[in-house]
Amino acid sequence: MTGPLFDIAVTVARIAVFFAFCFGLVVVMTWVERKGAAYIQDRRGPNRADIFGIRAWGLFHPLADALKFLFKEDFIPDNAHRLFYQMAPMFSLAPAILGIAIIPFGPDVTVMGRTIALQIADLNVGILYLFAVSGMTVYGVVLAGWASGSKYPLLGGLRSSAQMLSYEVSMGLSLIGIFMVFESVRMSQIVAGQGGLLFGVLPKWGVFVQPLGFILFLVAQYAEANRTPFDLPEGESELVAGYHTEYASFKFSMFMMAEYLHMVVGAAVVATLFFGGWQFPYLGDAGFLFPGGFAVAVPPALVLLLRIGSFVAKVLFFAWLYVWVRWTIPRFRYDQVMRLGWKVMLPLSLLNIFATGLILLLLNR
Amino acid sequence: MTIGVIKVARPREMSFPESLYLLEIVKGLGVTMGHLLSNIVRQEGIKTIEYPEVRRPMPPRFRGKHRLMKRENGAPRCVACYCCSTACPAKCITIVAGESPDPAVEKYPVRFDIDMLRCVFCGMCVEACPCDAIRMDTGWFTPPDDTREKLIFTIDTLLEK
Amino acid sequence: METVLFILFGAIAVCGAVMVVTRKHPMASALYLILTLFAVAALFVLRQAHFLAAIQVIIYAGAVVVLFVFVIMLINVPEDRLPVERATTIRVLGVLAAGFFILESAVLARRYVMPKGPAAEVGTVEAVGRALFTDYLLAFEITSVLLLAAVIGAIALAKRKI
Repeated sequence: MTGPLFDIAVTVARIAVFFAFCFGLVVVMTWVERKGAAYIQDRRGPNRADIFGIRAWGLFHPLADALKFLFKEDFIPDNAHRLFYQMAPMFSLAPAILGIAIIPFGPDVTVMGRTIALQIADLNVGILYLFAVSGMTVYGVVLAGWASGSKYPLLGGLRSSAQMLSYEVSMGLSLIGIFMVFESVRMSQIVAGQGGLLFGVLPKWGVFVQPLGFILFLVAQYAEANRTPFDLPEGESELVAGYHTEYASFKFSMFMMAEYLHMVVGAAVVATLFFGGWQFPYLGDAGFLFPGGFAVAVPPALVLLLRIGSFVAKVLFFAWLYVWVRWTIPRFRYDQVMRLGWKVMLPLSLLNIFATGLILLLLNR
Repeated sequence: MTIGVIKVARPREMSFPESLYLLEIVKGLGVTMGHLLSNIVRQEGIKTIEYPEVRRPMPPRFRGKHRLMKRENGAPRCVACYCCSTACPAKCITIVAGESPDPAVEKYPVRFDIDMLRCVFCGMCVEACPCDAIRMDTGWFTPPDDTREKLIFTIDTLLEK
Repeated sequence: METVLFILFGAIAVCGAVMVVTRKHPMASALYLILTLFAVAALFVLRQAHFLAAIQVIIYAGAVVVLFVFVIMLINVPEDRLPVERATTIRVLGVLAAGFFILESAVLARRYVMPKGPAAEVGTVEAVGRALFTDYLLAFEITSVLLLAAVIGAIALAKRKI
């Protein structure tokens, strides 16, 4: 194949594969959420939908849900502002999709003498792009709340915009420590930086270098994704369903997709920044090299497979963690959310930056 | 008479590690994971009754769907005396009486419809019946159906049970 | 290719800006403002100033316009009670002045020569960071003190009793 054609083919293939992976995971996550919730609460969960009598533990329920959403009546309430009401789900879903672009799914691969990065775009601004994109999610929620022309969605939209703005601050600041340690905001360089060893024993993952930063980022991310314990915007006990009360059919499913896509992308980002991305512990390009000087040679193809596998495993774990936390911790009260965001998270993230700077200064002297 | 003052135990002060929440959250995660794993390993430990296939046994005096009793020769035991429809507070029983072909019996119900959508399952009809012709001892409630017409039980369906 | 994209995003930015001013509904104006900001960010990207583009979207589209939208939402004027803008003398004059300004800048722009090649190493994260902490350190610090003063002032205004 000729040069430019090959590049285009590679780009299209990358986008297709990564999208398929993320959306596939979204579908699976809806099932995991329902089934996991059921088992945690001593129930059985979905197990009825079947194809030719095969039930497969309810795995066909997402399919049935999708079909149901597609064929339901597309209803617009009388009070709603028609245009904005219809735009809101798109505003909600689009940023979530855009986030996929900067996640490195694996190390560079050499195919037909060319190096291909397993990442759609390795931007110079790296994680800042993610902040820019996830900042857009607020519009979906706010617009949905306002355009529905109803009280509960309006309250939900107000709550969520205030919450997202508050936690965006600590989310950004909690990552500064990571940037300082790995001296880059570029995703690929942060992952590459996590390949070394800390004190010759631990893998130099973000979570070991920046434990406080990790906790802060994780909490801020749950707040950004509007997941329990921060799901105030859709607190059913007081706001019916919050900002998407008036939505039905496919528009509602777009909100749902956006939420789960946020979870998947969020899980991938946590795995990339704090758990070494595609780095497999003690695995170098040539094989395993354990701290005791003990080495095992591994063929390159297997190395690649192990690395991509380790990334997928980390993403699955963190996506599951969202579900697990949701069915463990009850919802906060709104003033508690705000107090946590401004009076706990923000000072702690500033302290984290200060401490990281101090330690780096002392180490590099 | 003095007004009693009840002492309510105040929630105790949280210790410092508790007030950080993090350890407590991890403990909570442990609890939920324990439930999840034990339920995956031992499915029979789950209390859910899978309804259409498995039915909860009803207590013996449960008032459920009605049934009409038969005589030895198979004719309905009901003599169309209208006692049940008179006693019914929901007015859900419709009876049309006819002359019985059996000379020993005066009347028999040509129609005996119970509108199950209106029935309140009070059991007054059973109490009122002088011939023990109607009973509510089927041990099951009205199953759902997709039209209103199907939920008006006629004499044939009532005799079947 | 770059020129085509420049014209495209430039046109989007200008049209969006015009729409911001002319739309009747404030929410529509706010959404057009986001569009304009995104188009300008795209122009930054075309000049390889990725950092500027990201910051533009984070700060303006992600925070400032959210506050606008917030206010629009809270005030929530019903559509039939939105103010009707009439063409007063001063407004007509304003439009004329704007047209004159555009004409003048077009004339001036003819003298301006576009720098050849990508303006790399200026708009990247590293370059901006280095510039902020070396050449413009004093300005940077003074700005941060100014912002701090603004924060304290806002709190003092909002909360009578501290």
